[in-house]
Amino acid sequence: MVVQRFKSFTVAVFSIFSLLFSVPATAQHHEGDTAHHQAGQGAGDHDAKKDKLNVGEVIFEHVLDGHEFHFFGKSLPLPVLLYSPQKGFSSFMSSDFHHGHAVKNGYKILTHENIAEMGLDPKKFKPETIVAVDGAGKIDPSVKVYDFSLTRNVVQMILALTLFVIIMLRIAKRYKSGVGVTSAPKGSQSLLEPVITFVRDEVAKPNLGHKYEKYLPYLLTVFFFILINNIFGLIPGSANVTGNIAFTAVLGLISFIVIMFSTNKHYWGHIFNPPGVPLGVKFILVPVEFLSVFIKPFALIIRLFANMVAGHIIIICLISLIFIFGQLNPIAGWGASPLSIGFTVFIYLIEVLVAFLQAFIFTMLTAVFIGQAFEGEHHDEAHAAHH
Amino acid sequence: MELLLPKLGLLIWTLLAFLIVFFLLKKMAWPAIIKGLRDRENTIADSLATAQKVKEEMAQMKSENEALLAKAREERALMLKEARETKDRIINEAKEQAKTEANKIVTEAQVAINAQKMAALTEVKNQVGKLVIEVSEKVLRRELGNKDAQEAHIKGLVDGVKLN
Repeated sequence: MVVQRFKSFTVAVFSIFSLLFSVPATAQHHEGDTAHHQAGQGAGDHDAKKDKLNVGEVIFEHVLDGHEFHFFGKSLPLPVLLYSPQKGFSSFMSSDFHHGHAVKNGYKILTHENIAEMGLDPKKFKPETIVAVDGAGKIDPSVKVYDFSLTRNVVQMILALTLFVIIMLRIAKRYKSGVGVTSAPKGSQSLLEPVITFVRDEVAKPNLGHKYEKYLPYLLTVFFFILINNIFGLIPGSANVTGNIAFTAVLGLISFIVIMFSTNKHYWGHIFNPPGVPLGVKFILVPVEFLSVFIKPFALIIRLFANMVAGHIIIICLISLIFIFGQLNPIAGWGASPLSIGFTVFIYLIEVLVAFLQAFIFTMLTAVFIGQAFEGEHHDEAHAAHH
Repeated sequence: MELLLPKLGLLIWTLLAFLIVFFLLKKMAWPAIIKGLRDRENTIADSLATAQKVKEEMAQMKSENEALLAKAREERALMLKEARETKDRIINEAKEQAKTEANKIVTEAQVAINAQKMAALTEVKNQVGKLVIEVSEKVLRRELGNKDAQEAHIKGLVDGVKLN
């Protein structure tokens, strides 16, 4: 009963969210224009001297993390959770900052405007950063602030993962009750089953051999963890979770740990004492090999991050093109819009592909690296089996 | 540049989220799903293997049945042949026996007939002898009277002798 109510509640919350996001999605080409116009005008009002649309600012505002959700020119405040050694924990809603105009509990949020007003170095201080201020409203550099806020990336990630976990638990329950085991799978089971078997048969089995069952839960979790967040990131107006380096860094780090725990003597032997290599070459080869241990997960981090952020930037750029032309001449803006929207739709469809592709590539490469880590052992066993 | 600097908050939350999702699913979802899929695959594979096996068994049974049938047919033919042979043999034997029996009977009859004939001839001889003696006696008695009458008498006697 409680579970049922919780489920209904979650579904309701999710529906409202998707409704709010999807309305501008379907209407983005027309109503979205006005929203952007407002945003553009807003920016114009603030930097009156430039009176120009700062596309870079718009892009970074969309791509980076933030303390509130924006849609329809309105914003939805999110909880702020701070810790500093001096002040301890404090939590409140981001609306208490009044967009950088107010100080709350001795903290202030930086925005483009107040960075300029306070005469801070824009290279050092970035918008959306929360800083501690003293009584006079000046930044207090002695107070170190740790920001654990539920930013829009965190909130969206939690929403996406809640939905994902519910779906997976439901599917698991079905399998437990025998649906899909002794009979044909039903509903969401049929949708996700090919994906699960794909990860098992195409990713885990070829790379990990007989040890695949040990790593399969991890690989499946990574795959779906990336996929669900990629898909949620594609909802227009939503946050760019997988295009955030912190997100990919955590996944890369976990991959690194898993790879390290899978290594064997043979693996390290190949790195520090490559067989059949002259001594002189070893001096060059060993550092390169050793670095590759760290480069592999780092490449995973950068690959996912770059792919996802690039897609989002391209889409925003294409949309912004309308307003750039519109600033030159309204007619040029109208003229550019069909072309721009055509390209946006095209890129958007590519992004749907990329969402799946990047989840697959990350999982695939992780599996390949794990496979390499215990490769020698596998060979030895194969040899032992032969003799 | 800000794009490339991970923020501590999101790092912690992502790590937390990943670990929670991973352990939750590892405990509650993946084993059931993986096991369910594997069980189904095994069931299908087993069913196919069983079907194949049953098919093979059926084929084997069929060929066995055919072999049995052929053997039975052969045996029947053999039995019939044997029966016919036995019948012929019995008939032949019976015939042979009958023939020997008949021969034996005929031989015995002939022997008996011969014996009877010999006995009869002996009796006839004896009778003849007796008659001769009787006649001779009578002739001898008459001779004493008339010669002609004697002869007539002999003649009459001879005539009176009826051999059987």
